[in-house]
Amino acid sequence: MYVAVKGGERAIDNAHDWLADERRGPRDIAELSIAQIRHQLALAVNRVMAEGSLYDPDLAALAIKQARGDLIEAIFLIRAYRTTLPRIGHSHPVDTGAMACDRRISATFKDLPGGQVLGPTFDYTHRLLDFKLLAEGPTAEAGNSGATQGMPAPAPMPRVSDFLNRDGLIQDEQPGPQTPPDMTRQPMEYPADRPLRLQALSRGDEGFVLGMAYSTQRGYGRNHPFVGELRIGSVAVEMDIPELGFAVEIGEITLTECETVNQFTGSKTEPAQFTRGYGLVFGQTERKAISMALVDRALRWEELGEDNMGAPAQDAEFVLSHADNIQATGFLEHIKLPHYVDFQSELELVRKLRAEASTPLSEAAE
Amino acid sequence: MTQDTHYNFAYLDEQTKRMIRRALLKAMAIPGYQVPFASREMPMPYGWGTGGVQVSAACLTPSDTLKVIDQGADDTTNAVSIRKFFEKTAQVATTESTRAASLIQTRHRIPEEPLREGQILVYQVPIPEPLRFLEPRETETRKMHALQDYGLMHVKLYEDIARHGNIATSYAYPVKVQGRYVMDPSPIPKFDNPKLRMAAIQLFGAGREQRIYAIPPYTDVVSLDFEDHPFEPSKANHACSLCGADHTYLDEVIVDDRGGRMFVCSDTDYCATRQATGAAPAQTATSQPQEAQP
Amino acid sequence: MQNTALTGGFENAPVQSAIAFRACLEAMARPGTLHQLDGGAAPAPCSAAAATALLTFCDAETPLFLAPSHDSPDMRDWLAFHIGASLVAPENAMFALGTWDSLQPLSRFAIGTPDYPDRSATLIIELPSLSASGARLTGPGIKEHAHLSLPSVPEFQQNAARFPLGWDALFTCGHQLAALPRSTKIEAS
Repeated sequence: MYVAVKGGERAIDNAHDWLADERRGPRDIAELSIAQIRHQLALAVNRVMAEGSLYDPDLAALAIKQARGDLIEAIFLIRAYRTTLPRIGHSHPVDTGAMACDRRISATFKDLPGGQVLGPTFDYTHRLLDFKLLAEGPTAEAGNSGATQGMPAPAPMPRVSDFLNRDGLIQDEQPGPQTPPDMTRQPMEYPADRPLRLQALSRGDEGFVLGMAYSTQRGYGRNHPFVGELRIGSVAVEMDIPELGFAVEIGEITLTECETVNQFTGSKTEPAQFTRGYGLVFGQTERKAISMALVDRALRWEELGEDNMGAPAQDAEFVLSHADNIQATGFLEHIKLPHYVDFQSELELVRKLRAEASTPLSEAAE
Repeated sequence: MTQDTHYNFAYLDEQTKRMIRRALLKAMAIPGYQVPFASREMPMPYGWGTGGVQVSAACLTPSDTLKVIDQGADDTTNAVSIRKFFEKTAQVATTESTRAASLIQTRHRIPEEPLREGQILVYQVPIPEPLRFLEPRETETRKMHALQDYGLMHVKLYEDIARHGNIATSYAYPVKVQGRYVMDPSPIPKFDNPKLRMAAIQLFGAGREQRIYAIPPYTDVVSLDFEDHPFEPSKANHACSLCGADHTYLDEVIVDDRGGRMFVCSDTDYCATRQATGAAPAQTATSQPQEAQP
Repeated sequence: MQNTALTGGFENAPVQSAIAFRACLEAMARPGTLHQLDGGAAPAPCSAAAATALLTFCDAETPLFLAPSHDSPDMRDWLAFHIGASLVAPENAMFALGTWDSLQPLSRFAIGTPDYPDRSATLIIELPSLSASGARLTGPGIKEHAHLSLPSVPEFQQNAARFPLGWDALFTCGHQLAALPRSTKIEAS
């Protein structure tokens, strides 16, 4: 006798219990602490903050722990939490020119005021597994001694684009609208202006934005980028407090900013000038920031009077509609949900079409 | 169940609910037009009904009785999950009875029992734009709706007829609402299309695509067709093996590995109610290529 | 700021606004039907129904036009405390509140654009009386026909004639609410 599948509720509860058990893993292995994740998997934490659009390293670490290291799942947890937070106010724009940089490099100048500061980068590591890290306990930690101690107070680091701008060599950025749109509070609208595009790219999936950026380098909307400057460090966040009548610093956040210097434009009336792409991302996230700058630049073809090559990275609606990994993963994975009603209707249709196709011609002609 | 005090009534904050309510009000005033809204990330993934959940959250009051169905059934896992979400965050009563419900959230079906005035049916919508698969660009489809330029859709349907002898759309079959907007009724089987003119309020929420739309009660909803190829709601040509109904949408269930199958109502509440009132199973319910083994 | 400014909001906003919204949704879905709408109280002459509608739909994101009939320092204080909407000219208003005469001419209000017909005003029109009689209504939400005591007919006919563009109306009177979307066809009775 056929019995409809029942007990969905119990199945769900059991699945959740099993999931929790798997997350914890063998009990004879110490449980990860939030502090360990925050400090020792900091780059994962940064990605979750950037794509979750919420600057809170502890919550991002918690999300990573709860998501068993699945970063998109962790980003999703942060996004869902973010939905419930009331909007108290708006900060002033942060001044990245005044950033206390841990890292600052320019690929376009050998030296520059403030100097080249490598900072904590993987760039020149040899990618050899460090088996010393296999050993646990104090010996493994001995190596890290005072790399950051006794460093001189950082010199001011004016932005590279400001040098070029002073000589008119790079296109001047016009100030945008007073209040930029907020893609988390307003529905997306096309064509999207640049503030909206930058927001979407900044929280977009790192892999997607990287792939789009890479495609421009390989010729699909090429724009000859140089990393004018990449800087990572902390900036102050200031907010007006109405009761006080002035702005106060409410905290510091770490940001990665990348400005690319790109292919120049010019015409009979306009002298030749370099153009720019811009990336700004929460945390130490330089792959993402550079990718963002390249894609930003590719999306500016219309404003800069370039041809539309039909490249994917030039198509704002295509890029922005598909950059969000929470939207993408949800829609992709939802095909796991039951679709038997729709499938049944397709099944009936295909049977009907097949039956009609096999009907003798004489009948069909009636 | 006690309210989880970490979250507001019905999960969403009041400002978000106001934004959704404003969109719903405009959706009601412009039947079939997709109103953009600033959809929020919900605690379930996009694709799991976040649009429907946001619409329901903006509509529910504590005195509502909620029913949630997926594929017509109350006990499918995602229906269970959404029902639990609202039990927890809005403390509403829940039911499996279509008649007892004041608000029904659905995925892919319209209940068989005709809905009445005072009820609200909330649809979960994956792709709200009926023209999307013909023209992927929002900027273009928006123009087509503005100009009421639905030629592309008619061409597509006509090409179906040329190729297959029939319109090859069996679910999410496009409709025209009150003679103006072409609308996607969500992936309901076309069998359900004639029910789209009903006494209840119908609300459609597409979370990922950030759209809300609505059909007021008694609004004219016409499935697109051609004079020589009129619209036909279709279903499996069988009766339900459990309650004998020959007028309901049926799920086909494979009962063995020798091709045996049976057909049962997709609307579990409707079927159970009929069985409880003594409706008899159809005698020859199973079929091709051979009888199911009971 | 007067004391009156601080009172008259929802005591239990999540629940009261939900109940109020359902009344508004039903009213807009079924033109010509009357609904109870209360819970809010704003300075006179604002009705309980209108105050409740404002509390349900308006906030800092909804520019509001306050017609002269309802524009007073007390009302402004009340709006500033409970709603936070910026007060704007009729052309920029998402919502507008006033008596029928005071809201004239209605041609000033946004009717949306062909691309975005939803970007149109919602008028909260205070009436001295409200009943299911008078002008004959047909269209979406109405099984056969309905009647509503509209303050005037030609303006609503003109509004309906440009569907899908147009503004939409909520009618308030004391604790009562009715609505008329742009989709409704109107005949004088």
